[in-house]
Amino acid sequence: MNISDWLPLRFEIALAVFILLQLVIKIFDLVRNNETWLRLNIALTFLIVLLGFTSNDSGSPFGGMFVSTSFIIIEKTILAFATMLVLMQSYNWLKHHQHAPEFFMLLLTALFGMFLILSANNILLFYLGLEMATIPVAALANFDLDKQRSSEAGMKMILSSAFSSGMLLFGISIFYGITGTLTISSWQELLRPGGLEVLALIFIMAGFGFKISLVPFHLWTADVYEGSPVSITAFLSVVSKGAVSFALARFLFSGVIMMQEVWIEILFLLSIVTMTVGNLFAIRQTNIKRFLAFSTVAQAGYILLGLAGDPVNAPTSVVYFILVYMFSNLAALGVVEAVSFATGKENLDDYKGLYNSNKKLAIVLMLALFSLAGIPPTAGFFGKLFLFTSGIHSASLVWLLFASLNLVVSLYYYMRLVRMMFSEKNEQPLASIQSPMLSRIALIICSVGILFTGIFGGLYDYLHQLAK
Amino acid sequence: MNLLLLLILIPVVALLISVFVNAEKVKSVILLCAIAELILCFELLREFMMERAAGNNSPYLFEIVYPWFKTWNINFHAGVDGISVSMLLLTALVTVAAILVSWKMEDKPREFFMMLMLLTLGAIGFFISMDLIMAFFFLELSVVPKFLLIAHWGSGRKVYSATKLALMLMAGSSLILVGTLLLFSKSNGSFDITVLQSLHLDGETQRLIFPLMFLGFGVFTALFPFHIWVPDGHSSAPTAGSMFLAGISMKLGGYGCIRFAAILLPEGTQYYSTAIILLATIAIVYGAFATLMQKDIKYINAYSSISHCGFVLLGIGMMNQTALTGAVLQMISHGLMTALFFGAIGMIYSRVHTRDVRELGGLLKIMPFIGSVYIIVGLCSLGLPGLSGFVAEMTVFMGAWQMPGTFNKVATILACASIVVTAVYILQAVAKVMLGPIKDEHFLTLTDAAWYERSASWLLMLAIIIMGVLPMWLAQMISHDTAPMAVKLLTLNS
Repeated sequence: MNISDWLPLRFEIALAVFILLQLVIKIFDLVRNNETWLRLNIALTFLIVLLGFTSNDSGSPFGGMFVSTSFIIIEKTILAFATMLVLMQSYNWLKHHQHAPEFFMLLLTALFGMFLILSANNILLFYLGLEMATIPVAALANFDLDKQRSSEAGMKMILSSAFSSGMLLFGISIFYGITGTLTISSWQELLRPGGLEVLALIFIMAGFGFKISLVPFHLWTADVYEGSPVSITAFLSVVSKGAVSFALARFLFSGVIMMQEVWIEILFLLSIVTMTVGNLFAIRQTNIKRFLAFSTVAQAGYILLGLAGDPVNAPTSVVYFILVYMFSNLAALGVVEAVSFATGKENLDDYKGLYNSNKKLAIVLMLALFSLAGIPPTAGFFGKLFLFTSGIHSASLVWLLFASLNLVVSLYYYMRLVRMMFSEKNEQPLASIQSPMLSRIALIICSVGILFTGIFGGLYDYLHQLAK
Repeated sequence: MNLLLLLILIPVVALLISVFVNAEKVKSVILLCAIAELILCFELLREFMMERAAGNNSPYLFEIVYPWFKTWNINFHAGVDGISVSMLLLTALVTVAAILVSWKMEDKPREFFMMLMLLTLGAIGFFISMDLIMAFFFLELSVVPKFLLIAHWGSGRKVYSATKLALMLMAGSSLILVGTLLLFSKSNGSFDITVLQSLHLDGETQRLIFPLMFLGFGVFTALFPFHIWVPDGHSSAPTAGSMFLAGISMKLGGYGCIRFAAILLPEGTQYYSTAIILLATIAIVYGAFATLMQKDIKYINAYSSISHCGFVLLGIGMMNQTALTGAVLQMISHGLMTALFFGAIGMIYSRVHTRDVRELGGLLKIMPFIGSVYIIVGLCSLGLPGLSGFVAEMTVFMGAWQMPGTFNKVATILACASIVVTAVYILQAVAKVMLGPIKDEHFLTLTDAAWYERSASWLLMLAIIIMGVLPMWLAQMISHDTAPMAVKLLTLNS
């Protein structure tokens, strides 16, 4: 192999080097200051983001086990960018944490696992990546070491992901039995709808369902989101979810495309249940992290609607939506992190009158909520719109009506929070919060993303070009 | 520079400026912007009429197209015909008046005036849209401002009303979204109305999509039985909010019903015309009788809006040129009239702090200006010749009466008869509030309208009178564009 054969692997190699480098730094105790650690890691993830803008050459080294295309590179860049934002927002929390170096290594390892999922064309490599992306996050969920809730979250996360991996593996083993090969792309010709194939597909979809918290596999979500440190909630809800959604899109369209009529039905059922349950449960929440947890559950239902498109537009609309959703959710959780760190308050009622006490934070949170609710001119409007336009390809009228009426339900609870912040009086108003520079920059990036990724239309067209 | 582009850009720039200037100055910025919009609209009207006079008969003028999302064939496609131009004028007039009326707003003035401008931007963008997604974008733009205007600056059960309004309108838009997407998929991927208009979709498809679009827009224009947000929403909103809601927002629905439902889906319109007429007649009659029972002057106007907007839908359901022209005229007339009505009510309420008819009386002696405005607009509402209401309603009736068939005749007669009820409740309200003995001692200390209230009232009053006395230019401009619509809708009959 000469150098150019290694180029498709440059993300993974760079990330592996960074992780090992940190291990060395830790062993020799070269960096003692948490802030320096954090800056170093932000710089490293930023380097990975920059890698995404180097040459877009594709390739498949290791005898086709590993695939890289320009579209996959964009997906990886988005994930790395989201990780960078998460790191920037966790400044306050990590500043005095006694195990910060481990935090970074675990986080980057999870990212490494996600990169593997996206590029794997061999189902065992895929499984390996999935485990590598999940187990470190379970450890991270437990990272508020003195909080019982956090340990509970870690435990729930590891148990549920072990269970879902089992389901996934069972489905995979049946597919392997039928086709006799582990290469995902060669399943295309070999799999046709039949009893055993459908059974296997259902198991695999259930496995995916756990990872992106589709109803009825969402039960861990709210507890884990609530118990974990806010940074990890952000990482879970944006980066993990994004990676698995990308992987799902690729699996459906490259592995089992011939079974489309079957999985459209599965997506339909999962989607309407996910949207409806997510939205209805979000209405009843009193803790803002649980509230956002159910809102992300509901958002996943729309992603499934987008997957009902044609092989080019479905992945494009999902990637576009995840990008937009990354900005929105990270903005919302960034504000939650700032408020939670400064005051320790996480209830919805504590956000009453936030507009009067902390105007800038309130405006960012409002923008994020508008974007999540899909109100123009925020990017969320376009993200949802394109999932719909993509879904019109093969979604039924009932599905579309369900999805669009669910927008009404979600508007109710998002607007309620906006109103509470804007016009209600709080008996114990929050003190004015000073957030550190890095978190502020992250929030500004998110707000700019929310305002401009949608209305300037070129981005979607660019993704569409790459997906072809 | 293209006038339509300027119409969009000026509010955007004004909103950006408002973020940065001192909160005290925001209202001046926004008022200047609204006046600039009004001048631009008159300029647009002038150029439009000159183009038409010069014999330019293309259906849409001043078109501009910028690609927005090439993948989905979504364009920023703006253009106007006579209907849009008249709606733009209405929007600009009501905006200026609404801003003037709320000149003394002290609670979060920056946000308040920015919300008003955002509403205007949404309405203007919607009226010039020739692309369904662009129209939907601008339609949705007003969800948040409407909600917050009522929920924060409103009165009474404001949170309940705001939520009810936002959710019902959002439900309407979600139907529109599904209808739009179905149109897109049935038309080989186009959102452009010029393309969609020239398509000949089969009858079954049209009958499937039409209810989605029509009901969706119907919610906005208080189609029975989806009118229930109207009374609560209008009466809880602050004065400027009510003026916007009734004056502009409800017109978005009527305009959408014509432009995006009836014309794109003529066979669907025809198939459902009986149902439309039936619902419109119910709204007219029911609205009128419901108004009789109201004791709150704001509720009186809110319920009468349901009745008056029924005429718009009746005109659309009747499908001939006169009726369609009448529907558009009624939208304009009702928009001007009801905005002025809510404005006058707001002026009264801000002085006497009650809206209960039974506690009011003799106000004409104390506030002659506001009183006269209230009486004039009341007379307009009951259809006095010489004012805009008469012109619009008369045109709808004449159009409706032309349609053959017992059903159409009965509907027309019922609608006409409701005018009598209108006269009863308007005259009752005017008599109780304005005439008679002064009910309360402290009324005597109250002052008449201030300069900003006077200028807002004069603006709308002049518009009503001009439209009532000289309606022909407007009617001609509109009927030039409703003629081909009527041809399209009626020729399918045979």
